[in-house]
Amino acid sequence: MRPEDFDFVAKLLKDRSGLVISRDKAYLLESRLTPVARKRGMKGLDDLLGSLKTSGEDLLREVTEAMTTNESFFFRDIKPFDQFKALVLPRLLTNRAAKKTIRIWSAASSSGQEAYSLAMILKEEGAKLAGWKIEIVGTDISTEMLEKAKAGLYSQFEVQRGLPIQLLVKYFKKNNEMWQIDSSIRGMVQFREYNLLHDLKTLGQFDVVFCRNVLIYFDQPTKTRVLDNVAKIMPDDGLLYLGGAETVLGISDKFKPVPEQRGIYAVVRPGAPAPAR
Amino acid sequence: MKSCLIVDDSKVIRMVAKKILQELTFSTAEAEDGQQALDYCKGSMPDAVLLDWNMPVMNGIEFLRELRRLPGGEKPVVVFCTTENDIEHIQEAIMAGANEYIMKPFDSEILQAKFSQVGLL
Repeated sequence: MRPEDFDFVAKLLKDRSGLVISRDKAYLLESRLTPVARKRGMKGLDDLLGSLKTSGEDLLREVTEAMTTNESFFFRDIKPFDQFKALVLPRLLTNRAAKKTIRIWSAASSSGQEAYSLAMILKEEGAKLAGWKIEIVGTDISTEMLEKAKAGLYSQFEVQRGLPIQLLVKYFKKNNEMWQIDSSIRGMVQFREYNLLHDLKTLGQFDVVFCRNVLIYFDQPTKTRVLDNVAKIMPDDGLLYLGGAETVLGISDKFKPVPEQRGIYAVVRPGAPAPAR
Repeated sequence: MKSCLIVDDSKVIRMVAKKILQELTFSTAEAEDGQQALDYCKGSMPDAVLLDWNMPVMNGIEFLRELRRLPGGEKPVVVFCTTENDIEHIQEAIMAGANEYIMKPFDSEILQAKFSQVGLL
Protein backbone atom coordinates (compact mmCIF):
# COMPACT_ATOMS: atom_id res chain seq x y z
CA MET A 1 0.00 0.00 0.00
CA ARG A 2 1.42 3.38 -0.98
CA PRO A 3 1.60 5.88 1.90
CA GLU A 4 -0.32 8.49 -0.11
CA ASP A 5 -3.11 5.95 -0.73
CA PHE A 6 -3.30 5.19 2.97
CA ASP A 7 -3.43 8.89 3.82
CA PHE A 8 -6.15 9.48 1.27
CA VAL A 9 -8.41 6.69 2.48
CA ALA A 10 -7.74 7.55 6.15
CA LYS A 11 -8.83 11.13 5.54
CA LEU A 12 -11.84 10.01 3.56
CA LEU A 13 -12.99 7.78 6.43
CA LYS A 14 -12.36 10.46 9.04
CA ASP A 15 -14.31 13.09 7.08
CA ARG A 16 -17.24 10.88 6.22
CA SER A 17 -17.68 8.85 9.39
CA GLY A 18 -15.31 10.10 12.06
CA LEU A 19 -13.52 6.75 11.98
CA VAL A 20 -9.85 7.11 12.83
CA ILE A 21 -7.58 4.55 11.19
CA SER A 22 -3.98 4.60 12.36
CA ARG A 23 -1.14 3.04 10.36
CA ASP A 24 -0.97 0.06 12.68
CA LYS A 25 -4.60 -0.72 11.76
CA ALA A 26 -3.85 -0.73 8.03
CA TYR A 27 -4.55 -4.48 7.99
CA LEU A 28 -8.22 -3.60 8.54
CA LEU A 29 -8.25 -1.96 5.13
CA GLU A 30 -6.98 -5.20 3.63
CA SER A 31 -9.54 -7.44 5.32
CA ARG A 32 -12.56 -5.19 4.86
CA LEU A 33 -11.91 -3.61 1.48
CA THR A 34 -10.55 -6.56 -0.49
CA PRO A 35 -14.10 -7.99 -0.83
CA VAL A 36 -15.29 -4.57 -2.07
CA ALA A 37 -12.49 -4.54 -4.66
CA ARG A 38 -13.30 -8.08 -5.85
CA LYS A 39 -16.99 -7.26 -6.13
CA ARG A 40 -16.04 -4.46 -8.51
CA GLY A 41 -13.83 -6.73 -10.59
CA MET A 42 -10.59 -5.21 -9.32
CA LYS A 43 -7.56 -7.28 -8.47
CA GLY A 44 -7.21 -6.18 -4.89
CA LEU A 45 -6.84 -3.44 -2.35
CA ASP A 46 -4.19 -1.45 -4.20
CA ASP A 47 -6.35 -1.15 -7.31
CA LEU A 48 -9.24 -0.01 -5.21
CA LEU A 49 -7.26 2.57 -3.27
CA GLY A 50 -5.71 3.85 -6.48
CA SER A 51 -9.14 4.43 -8.01
CA LEU A 52 -10.67 6.21 -5.02
CA LYS A 53 -9.47 9.69 -5.98
CA THR A 54 -11.31 9.61 -9.24
CA SER A 55 -14.26 7.46 -8.23
CA GLY A 56 -17.85 8.47 -7.72
CA GLU A 57 -20.01 8.72 -4.63
CA ASP A 58 -21.11 5.07 -4.82
CA LEU A 59 -17.68 3.64 -4.23
CA LEU A 60 -16.78 6.16 -1.54
CA ARG A 61 -19.94 5.25 0.29
CA GLU A 62 -19.33 1.54 -0.07
CA VAL A 63 -15.79 1.88 1.26
CA THR A 64 -17.01 3.89 4.26
CA GLU A 65 -19.73 1.36 4.99
CA ALA A 66 -17.37 -1.59 4.74
CA MET A 67 -14.96 0.02 7.18
CA THR A 68 -17.52 1.16 9.74
CA THR A 69 -19.79 -1.86 9.91
CA ASN A 70 -19.51 -3.34 13.35
CA GLU A 71 -21.02 -6.32 15.00
CA SER A 72 -23.93 -6.08 17.27
CA PHE A 73 -25.77 -8.55 19.48
CA PHE A 74 -29.08 -8.68 21.24
CA PHE A 75 -28.90 -7.46 24.85
CA ARG A 76 -25.21 -6.77 24.40
CA ASP A 77 -23.46 -6.81 27.82
CA ILE A 78 -26.87 -7.51 29.51
CA LYS A 79 -26.26 -5.02 32.36
CA PRO A 80 -27.29 -1.86 30.45
CA PHE A 81 -30.61 -3.47 29.67
CA ASP A 82 -31.13 -4.60 33.27
CA GLN A 83 -30.42 -1.00 34.33
CA PHE A 84 -32.88 0.23 31.73
CA LYS A 85 -35.62 -2.01 33.13
CA ALA A 86 -34.86 -1.42 36.81
CA LEU A 87 -33.88 2.25 36.86
CA VAL A 88 -34.33 4.18 33.64
CA LEU A 89 -37.82 3.03 32.70
CA PRO A 90 -39.40 3.54 36.16
CA ARG A 91 -37.82 7.01 36.23
CA LEU A 92 -39.28 7.84 32.83
CA LEU A 93 -42.69 6.56 33.88
CA THR A 94 -42.62 9.02 36.77
CA ASN A 95 -41.05 11.99 35.00
CA ARG A 96 -43.16 11.67 31.87
CA ALA A 97 -46.44 10.77 33.57
CA ALA A 98 -48.11 13.93 32.25
CA LYS A 99 -46.84 13.74 28.67
CA LYS A 100 -46.90 9.95 28.38
CA THR A 101 -44.30 10.12 25.63
CA ILE A 102 -40.86 8.51 25.59
CA ARG A 103 -38.30 8.76 22.80
CA ILE A 104 -35.23 6.53 22.71
CA TRP A 105 -32.35 6.70 20.26
CA SER A 106 -30.06 3.85 19.32
CA ALA A 107 -27.18 5.74 17.69
CA ALA A 108 -25.10 3.76 15.19
CA SER A 109 -27.72 1.04 15.34
CA SER A 110 -25.92 -1.31 12.94
CA SER A 111 -28.12 -4.34 12.22
CA GLY A 112 -30.70 -3.25 14.80
CA GLN A 113 -30.21 -5.62 17.74
CA GLU A 114 -29.91 -2.89 20.38
CA ALA A 115 -33.04 -1.08 19.22
CA TYR A 116 -35.00 -4.33 19.04
CA SER A 117 -33.74 -5.43 22.47
CA LEU A 118 -35.20 -2.22 23.90
CA ALA A 119 -38.43 -2.75 21.98
CA MET A 120 -38.76 -6.25 23.44
CA ILE A 121 -38.18 -4.95 26.98
CA LEU A 122 -40.88 -2.32 26.46
CA LYS A 123 -43.24 -4.88 24.95
CA GLU A 124 -42.73 -7.13 27.97
CA GLU A 125 -43.66 -4.20 30.22
CA GLY A 126 -46.78 -3.72 28.11
CA ALA A 127 -49.38 -3.17 30.85
CA LYS A 128 -47.46 -0.31 32.49
CA LEU A 129 -47.15 1.47 29.15
CA ALA A 130 -50.77 1.30 28.02
CA GLY A 131 -51.71 4.71 26.64
CA TRP A 132 -48.07 5.79 26.25
CA LYS A 133 -46.46 6.83 23.01
CA ILE A 134 -43.06 5.23 22.74
CA GLU A 135 -40.68 5.91 19.88
CA ILE A 136 -37.45 4.06 19.31
CA VAL A 137 -35.24 5.43 16.56
CA GLY A 138 -32.21 3.59 15.21
CA THR A 139 -29.76 5.48 13.01
CA ASP A 140 -26.71 4.38 11.06
CA ILE A 141 -24.67 5.61 8.14
CA SER A 142 -24.69 2.23 6.44
CA THR A 143 -27.66 1.72 4.14
CA GLU A 144 -26.85 -1.98 4.02
CA MET A 145 -27.09 -2.27 7.81
CA LEU A 146 -30.26 -0.18 7.86
CA GLU A 147 -31.87 -2.53 5.32
CA LYS A 148 -30.90 -5.53 7.43
CA ALA A 149 -32.22 -3.85 10.56
CA LYS A 150 -35.53 -2.99 8.92
CA ALA A 151 -35.99 -6.54 7.66
CA GLY A 152 -35.34 -7.86 11.16
CA LEU A 153 -33.83 -11.04 9.73
CA TYR A 154 -31.05 -12.71 11.72
CA SER A 155 -28.98 -15.84 11.34
CA GLN A 156 -29.14 -18.71 13.81
CA PHE A 157 -25.76 -17.57 15.06
CA GLU A 158 -26.97 -14.01 15.65
CA VAL A 159 -30.11 -15.00 17.57
CA GLN A 160 -28.04 -17.10 19.94
CA ARG A 161 -25.80 -14.32 21.13
CA GLY A 162 -27.52 -12.60 24.01
CA LEU A 163 -31.15 -13.31 23.17
CA PRO A 164 -32.90 -15.38 25.87
CA ILE A 165 -34.62 -18.40 24.36
CA GLN A 166 -38.02 -17.37 25.77
CA LEU A 167 -37.83 -14.12 23.79
CA LEU A 168 -36.78 -15.97 20.64
CA VAL A 169 -39.83 -18.21 20.90
CA LYS A 170 -42.11 -15.30 21.72
CA TYR A 171 -41.00 -12.70 19.20
CA PHE A 172 -39.32 -14.51 16.29
CA LYS A 173 -40.48 -16.72 13.47
CA LYS A 174 -38.29 -19.09 11.58
CA ASN A 175 -38.00 -18.14 7.93
CA ASN A 176 -36.00 -20.83 6.10
CA GLU A 177 -32.62 -20.73 7.82
CA MET A 178 -33.13 -17.24 9.20
CA TRP A 179 -35.12 -15.90 12.15
CA GLN A 180 -37.35 -12.89 11.65
CA ILE A 181 -38.43 -10.61 14.46
CA ASP A 182 -42.18 -10.16 14.76
CA SER A 183 -43.86 -7.24 13.01
CA SER A 184 -45.24 -6.03 16.36
CA ILE A 185 -41.62 -5.44 17.49
CA ARG A 186 -40.46 -4.14 14.12
CA GLY A 187 -43.31 -1.63 14.20
CA MET A 188 -41.93 -0.12 17.41
CA VAL A 189 -38.65 0.93 15.82
CA GLN A 190 -37.90 3.35 12.98
CA PHE A 191 -34.57 3.08 11.25
CA ARG A 192 -33.11 6.13 9.55
CA GLU A 193 -29.94 6.96 7.71
CA TYR A 194 -28.05 9.49 9.76
CA ASN A 195 -24.47 10.56 10.26
CA LEU A 196 -23.48 11.32 13.85
CA LEU A 197 -21.11 14.00 12.60
CA HIS A 198 -23.94 16.00 11.08
CA ASP A 199 -26.37 18.34 12.78
CA LEU A 200 -28.59 16.17 14.96
CA LYS A 201 -31.41 18.63 15.54
CA THR A 202 -33.70 17.25 12.84
CA LEU A 203 -33.88 13.98 14.78
CA GLY A 204 -35.88 15.67 17.52
CA GLN A 205 -35.40 15.29 21.26
CA PHE A 206 -34.54 12.00 23.00
CA ASP A 207 -35.08 11.06 26.64
CA VAL A 208 -32.57 8.22 26.47
CA VAL A 209 -29.68 7.86 24.06
CA PHE A 210 -27.75 4.65 23.52
CA CYS A 211 -24.42 5.54 21.94
CA ARG A 212 -22.41 2.50 22.94
CA ASN A 213 -19.13 1.47 21.38
CA VAL A 214 -19.29 4.28 18.86
CA LEU A 215 -17.00 6.94 20.33
CA ILE A 216 -14.11 4.48 20.58
CA TYR A 217 -13.61 4.85 16.84
CA PHE A 218 -13.34 8.66 16.97
CA ASP A 219 -10.47 10.94 17.90
CA GLN A 220 -10.85 13.21 20.92
CA PRO A 221 -12.15 16.38 19.21
CA THR A 222 -14.74 14.32 17.32
CA LYS A 223 -15.83 12.60 20.56
CA THR A 224 -16.29 16.01 22.19
CA ARG A 225 -18.23 17.38 19.22
CA VAL A 226 -20.56 14.36 19.06
CA LEU A 227 -21.25 14.36 22.81
CA ASP A 228 -21.90 18.11 22.83
CA ASN A 229 -24.32 17.74 19.93
CA VAL A 230 -26.09 14.80 21.56
CA ALA A 231 -26.56 16.82 24.77
CA LYS A 232 -28.34 19.51 22.73
CA ILE A 233 -31.10 17.13 21.71
CA MET A 234 -31.74 15.77 25.20
CA PRO A 235 -33.96 17.16 27.97
CA ASP A 236 -32.48 18.20 31.32
CA ASP A 237 -33.25 14.80 32.83
CA GLY A 238 -32.00 12.86 29.78
CA LEU A 239 -29.77 9.83 30.17
CA LEU A 240 -26.96 8.72 27.92
CA TYR A 241 -25.54 5.22 27.66
CA LEU A 242 -21.94 4.71 26.59
CA GLY A 243 -20.03 1.47 26.05
CA GLY A 244 -17.99 -0.23 28.76
CA ALA A 245 -14.69 1.18 27.48
CA GLU A 246 -15.99 4.72 26.99
CA THR A 247 -16.37 7.73 29.25
CA VAL A 248 -17.25 11.43 29.18
CA LEU A 249 -14.53 12.31 31.66
CA GLY A 250 -12.06 14.70 30.11
CA ILE A 251 -14.06 14.69 26.87
CA SER A 252 -17.28 16.55 27.49
CA ASP A 253 -18.65 18.60 30.37
CA LYS A 254 -22.19 18.25 29.05
CA PHE A 255 -22.60 14.89 30.83
CA LYS A 256 -21.63 13.41 34.18
CA PRO A 257 -21.62 9.80 35.35
CA VAL A 258 -24.70 8.67 37.25
CA PRO A 259 -23.37 7.42 40.61
CA GLU A 260 -23.30 3.63 40.95
CA GLN A 261 -24.75 3.12 37.46
CA ARG A 262 -21.82 2.19 35.28
CA GLY A 263 -22.16 3.29 31.69
CA ILE A 264 -25.01 5.77 32.30
CA TYR A 265 -24.46 9.53 32.12
CA ALA A 266 -26.78 12.39 33.04
CA VAL A 267 -27.09 15.64 31.13
CA VAL A 268 -25.40 18.61 32.80
CA ARG A 269 -26.95 22.03 32.23
CA PRO A 270 -25.18 24.99 33.72
CA GLY A 271 -27.59 26.80 35.98
CA ALA A 272 -30.35 24.20 35.75
CA PRO A 273 -31.61 22.65 38.99
CA ALA A 274 -30.19 19.17 39.60
CA PRO A 275 -32.62 16.68 38.10
CA ALA A 276 -34.31 14.27 40.51
CA ARG A 277 -32.71 10.85 40.41
CA MET B 1 -16.30 -24.73 41.25
CA LYS B 2 -19.63 -25.37 39.51
CA SER B 3 -20.29 -28.74 37.93
CA CYS B 4 -21.77 -29.51 34.53
CA LEU B 5 -22.96 -32.86 33.22
CA ILE B 6 -22.45 -33.14 29.47
CA VAL B 7 -25.00 -35.46 27.88
CA ASP B 8 -24.40 -36.31 24.22
CA ASP B 9 -23.98 -39.54 22.28
CA SER B 10 -21.23 -37.98 20.17
CA LYS B 11 -17.80 -38.32 21.71
CA VAL B 12 -16.56 -35.37 19.63
CA ILE B 13 -19.27 -33.04 20.92
CA ARG B 14 -18.61 -34.14 24.50
CA MET B 15 -14.93 -33.40 24.02
CA VAL B 16 -15.54 -29.94 22.53
CA ALA B 17 -18.06 -29.05 25.23
CA LYS B 18 -15.75 -30.34 27.96
CA LYS B 19 -12.90 -28.17 26.71
CA ILE B 20 -15.06 -25.03 26.59
CA LEU B 21 -16.63 -25.70 29.99
CA GLN B 22 -13.31 -26.36 31.65
CA GLU B 23 -12.06 -23.04 30.30
CA LEU B 24 -15.10 -21.50 31.98
CA THR B 25 -13.87 -23.24 35.19
CA PHE B 26 -16.58 -25.89 35.39
CA SER B 27 -15.89 -29.37 36.62
CA THR B 28 -17.41 -31.76 34.10
CA ALA B 29 -18.88 -35.24 33.96
CA GLU B 30 -20.15 -37.03 30.84
CA ALA B 31 -23.03 -39.28 29.90
CA GLU B 32 -23.71 -40.93 26.52
CA ASP B 33 -27.49 -41.04 26.79
CA GLY B 34 -30.41 -39.93 28.95
CA GLN B 35 -30.43 -43.07 31.07
CA GLN B 36 -26.76 -42.71 32.02
CA ALA B 37 -27.40 -39.05 32.79
CA LEU B 38 -30.38 -39.89 34.97
CA ASP B 39 -28.37 -42.48 36.91
CA TYR B 40 -25.65 -39.90 37.44
CA CYS B 41 -28.11 -37.30 38.72
CA LYS B 42 -29.62 -39.78 41.17
CA GLY B 43 -26.14 -40.05 42.69
CA SER B 44 -25.36 -36.32 42.74
CA MET B 45 -27.11 -33.36 41.17
CA PRO B 46 -24.84 -31.22 38.98
CA ASP B 47 -25.27 -27.43 38.86
CA ALA B 48 -25.82 -27.56 35.12
CA VAL B 49 -26.70 -30.07 32.40
CA LEU B 50 -25.75 -29.54 28.75
CA LEU B 51 -28.23 -31.79 26.99
CA ASP B 52 -28.46 -33.26 23.49
CA TRP B 53 -31.91 -34.20 22.19
CA ASN B 54 -31.52 -37.23 19.95
CA MET B 55 -29.74 -40.08 21.71
CA PRO B 56 -30.20 -43.86 21.91
CA VAL B 57 -31.74 -45.59 24.98
CA MET B 58 -33.30 -42.40 26.44
CA ASN B 59 -33.45 -39.11 24.58
CA GLY B 60 -32.91 -35.66 26.04
CA ILE B 61 -36.50 -34.59 26.49
CA GLU B 62 -37.41 -37.86 28.28
CA PHE B 63 -34.39 -37.40 30.54
CA LEU B 64 -35.43 -33.83 31.33
CA ARG B 65 -38.97 -34.84 32.30
CA GLU B 66 -37.62 -37.62 34.55
CA LEU B 67 -35.00 -35.30 36.05
CA ARG B 68 -37.55 -32.66 37.03
CA ARG B 69 -39.54 -35.34 38.90
CA LEU B 70 -36.56 -36.43 41.02
CA PRO B 71 -36.06 -35.04 44.54
CA GLY B 72 -33.78 -32.02 44.02
CA GLY B 73 -34.28 -32.42 40.26
CA GLU B 74 -35.53 -28.86 39.86
CA LYS B 75 -32.11 -27.54 40.88
CA PRO B 76 -29.86 -28.18 37.85
CA VAL B 77 -29.93 -25.54 35.16
CA VAL B 78 -30.61 -27.43 31.95
CA VAL B 79 -29.36 -26.09 28.63
CA PHE B 80 -30.39 -28.04 25.55
CA CYS B 81 -27.76 -28.31 22.84
CA THR B 82 -29.19 -29.88 19.72
CA THR B 83 -29.54 -29.72 15.95
CA GLU B 84 -33.32 -29.50 16.41
CA ASN B 85 -33.86 -25.84 15.55
CA ASP B 86 -37.58 -25.34 15.00
CA ILE B 87 -39.92 -23.43 17.27
CA GLU B 88 -41.91 -26.58 18.14
CA HIS B 89 -38.91 -28.38 19.60
CA ILE B 90 -37.80 -25.28 21.49
CA GLN B 91 -41.27 -24.82 22.96
CA GLU B 92 -41.46 -28.47 23.95
CA ALA B 93 -38.10 -28.15 25.70
CA ILE B 94 -39.17 -25.04 27.63
CA MET B 95 -42.44 -26.75 28.64
CA ALA B 96 -40.46 -29.72 29.95
CA GLY B 97 -38.37 -27.40 32.12
CA ALA B 98 -35.34 -26.46 30.04
CA ASN B 99 -33.72 -23.16 31.08
CA GLU B 100 -31.95 -22.36 27.82
CA TYR B 101 -31.54 -23.78 24.36
CA ILE B 102 -28.55 -23.87 22.03
CA MET B 103 -28.98 -24.74 18.37
CA LYS B 104 -26.03 -26.63 16.92
CA PRO B 105 -23.57 -25.81 15.52
CA PHE B 106 -22.34 -23.88 18.55
CA ASP B 107 -19.05 -22.33 19.61
CA SER B 108 -17.57 -21.18 22.88
CA GLU B 109 -19.03 -17.71 22.46
CA ILE B 110 -22.59 -19.02 22.21
CA LEU B 111 -22.13 -21.44 25.08
CA GLN B 112 -20.66 -18.71 27.24
CA ALA B 113 -23.45 -16.27 26.35
CA LYS B 114 -26.15 -18.81 27.15
CA PHE B 115 -24.54 -19.90 30.42
CA SER B 116 -24.22 -16.32 31.61
CA GLN B 117 -27.84 -15.60 30.69
CA VAL B 118 -29.04 -18.31 33.05
CA GLY B 119 -26.73 -17.14 35.83
CA LEU B 120 -24.17 -19.93 35.65
CA LEU B 121 -21.31 -17.50 34.98
